[in-house]
Amino acid sequence: MQQVAFAVLSLITLGAAIMVVTTPSLLRSALWLILAFFGIAGIFVLLNADFLAITQILVYIGAISTLMIFAVMLSSKVMDPHQPRFNEQWGLVGGFSALLFVALAAIVSRVVWPVAQGEVPVDTIQRLGADFVGPYVIPFEIASVLLVVAMIGAIIIARERE
Amino acid sequence: MVPLTWYLFLAAALFCIGVFGALSRRNAIAVLMGIELMLNAVNINLVAFWRYTDLGQMTGQLFAVFVITVAAAEACVGLALIITIYRQRHTVNVEELDTMKG
Repeated sequence: MQQVAFAVLSLITLGAAIMVVTTPSLLRSALWLILAFFGIAGIFVLLNADFLAITQILVYIGAISTLMIFAVMLSSKVMDPHQPRFNEQWGLVGGFSALLFVALAAIVSRVVWPVAQGEVPVDTIQRLGADFVGPYVIPFEIASVLLVVAMIGAIIIARERE
Repeated sequence: MVPLTWYLFLAAALFCIGVFGALSRRNAIAVLMGIELMLNAVNINLVAFWRYTDLGQMTGQLFAVFVITVAAAEACVGLALIITIYRQRHTVNVEELDTMKG
């Protein structure tokens, strides 16, 4: 049952990802990206990471994809589908990506991963919260400062100048 | 139970698709989309390793949350830069943005 769910979800994710990088129209690319994010959220559910699945949907689909669609629409005059979508080196890059996948797959299949079987604790979300304000409180605060800095920076960069 | 290597294969394939998108597209927004795919592939790896080796602690999921935070900051600043460049140069084609001769 889990294998079937994994196969379906990974087919959706990989198919949508391939469409993201090959579709000529950028708006359709952004919509395929949303489908890929949904597939990854499903993979997180399959991995018992329910908090991350919800975060994936909220942050990636709710915020980042919306930003992408806004940016596509704000620069829509260059969205000419007749222009070539790839640069001249796309053949080289495709070969490099395929080679990288072969190398990664060889490593993944050769190495014996130390897998430990065990039951997933039922209170993962509570433990996540306790860790955020416990041992990981400094990275947590720095992450919030980073978000504020990025937000102010984006406002200043994108501000209309006369 | 799905074996761990299946998740690693999925993440590797997704990462390579992201690399292809980030390096081969001409539009800067499409380059950002490729980078987002690569970050998601890394997240799948982190959560898969948490699920299969590190159930006693939450380190894998914590790292994935931080990766999502940094990805959100990166997307917001990147798209602001792209909009500003479009306003000034009327193009988001990365091949024409070579003023710095990098």
